[in-house]
Amino acid sequence: MRRARALLPWLAALLLLPVPAAAQGSDPRLVPDVSSRAIEIQYSFTGEELLLFGAILYPGQRLPDDRADIVVVLKGPVGPIILREKQRVAGIWVNAASIRLRTSPGFYAIGSSRPIDELVDERTAAIFELGLSNLSMSPTGFSEAKTLARFETGLIDLYRRMGLFYENPAAVEISEGVLYRARIPVPARVPVGTYRAETYLISRGRVLAVASRDVQIRKAGFERFVALAAERHGFLYGLTAVALSLMLGYSASALFRRR
Amino acid sequence: MDLYLPVANLSVNALVIVLLGGGVGFLSGMFGVGGGFLTTPLLIFYGIPPTVAAASAATQVTGASVSGALAHVERGGVDFRMGGVLIAGGLLGSLLGAGLFELLVAWGQIDTAISILYVALLGTVGGLMAREAFTTLRAQLAGLPAPARKRRHHPMVANLPLRWRFYRSGLYISPLAPLILGVIVGILTMLLGVGGGFIMVPAMIYLLGMGTQVVVGTSLFQILFVTMATTMVHAMTTGAVDIVLAALLLLGSVTGAQVGARFAQSVKPEYLRMALAAIVLLVALQMAVGLFIRPPEIYTVQ
Repeated sequence: MRRARALLPWLAALLLLPVPAAAQGSDPRLVPDVSSRAIEIQYSFTGEELLLFGAILYPGQRLPDDRADIVVVLKGPVGPIILREKQRVAGIWVNAASIRLRTSPGFYAIGSSRPIDELVDERTAAIFELGLSNLSMSPTGFSEAKTLARFETGLIDLYRRMGLFYENPAAVEISEGVLYRARIPVPARVPVGTYRAETYLISRGRVLAVASRDVQIRKAGFERFVALAAERHGFLYGLTAVALSLMLGYSASALFRRR
Repeated sequence: MDLYLPVANLSVNALVIVLLGGGVGFLSGMFGVGGGFLTTPLLIFYGIPPTVAAASAATQVTGASVSGALAHVERGGVDFRMGGVLIAGGLLGSLLGAGLFELLVAWGQIDTAISILYVALLGTVGGLMAREAFTTLRAQLAGLPAPARKRRHHPMVANLPLRWRFYRSGLYISPLAPLILGVIVGILTMLLGVGGGFIMVPAMIYLLGMGTQVVVGTSLFQILFVTMATTMVHAMTTGAVDIVLAALLLLGSVTGAQVGARFAQSVKPEYLRMALAAIVLLVALQMAVGLFIRPPEIYTVQ
């Protein structure tokens, strides 16, 4: 399912791409790469900056007259969440309303060489899910469009302040019209999983080329061991925690008593 | 010094957490309380998810109470029979608490429940302590002997069926009373990450009418076992015990507790109790304010 969903923008891209009238070789190509294919979360991890870079290959190595733009997207694993909203009930603030979102990305960063709304029209932006307001999160259960919009704004605002959603219309730098680079900050509290770094080549409101790379973000070493133990071997993990606290508590008092 | 917490999934300043543990440990050594009631709220203020905060605080209380419990056992200050009944209740309570916890999480009301419970408990206990300490202090200043309390258990306790003898506590009461008390405290330990000493001790004195010489030791004894059980239950249900966080807290609190215990010997106990009451009331107030003002985050993700 997830694979199929991941393919959707690609299919859309294929449909939208101008049918090569002249020749197959007339479309530009993108050769993307990332600074690291795997980000490992370890004891001193406080976040990282991922560099997305690459080259635009024009057929015949001839630069077009129009300036083309680049959009890069780094998207984290998609999953279901429950989003709750606090309201004032009898004077105190409690979670009063909630919606379920089936496909909410745990991380989404978009960088471009110009603001998205100057590059493509709303429809195209929605098809390629370009921009925080264009993420399709598949709400389940029906609710009014107005309520839904309020919740989505709330989520975007929350995640943006947590650094999990990021939007920078000046992140991409294009040199000589063929090389591009963009820095995307990855904060410490990112969810782990397979991320997809996508690059879009856009000119005159059309998406000319799309290319992507996978990036793994995972816990490593001791952190991975602890997280796995807590998840899979609750009993042993609990025993260890108890033993640790007994030991620390006892040894401290023994140490102080001897003095 | 930043350190990544593998279960809480965020990185914290290790020094801040150790110092936080140290501060709580200092207070707990000084006042003879576990300090869980301070750890959980402080961790939540720092940005740790409430579930992880409560679970890891319970683990920390185990370490904080072990040396005290051992000392009291050596001195003969523990009523094992009473402790056993309380622990049995506590185990039952932590299991009930786990069910309640899951239910509250599913409803999305766990945060509010934690806050309201804190406000109600700390407000009541803090108020009672402040009144008592104030009365004693005033009597002392006036040069009168401290008003003596008659030691007796609550009439509700006397009405319960089935009676056991608790020799060390000097009681002949129904074991149901401490059992129920144990269940209530066990639930609170599970939900709030508190050892429950601040409820247990007054309840033992005023409800059960236990002899004061075994109150603190028996309370510590029960806290030790119930927090151990709670850690296990959390590890197997919510999976929210962060061992790195607990270790950092312990590092601070076990040393802080020793320093605090030394410091306490040079201060009048009435002043100590007054100070503890003030701290307890402050935490309650802070929590209450948090309930009534618009929170910084209206939306939360689960």
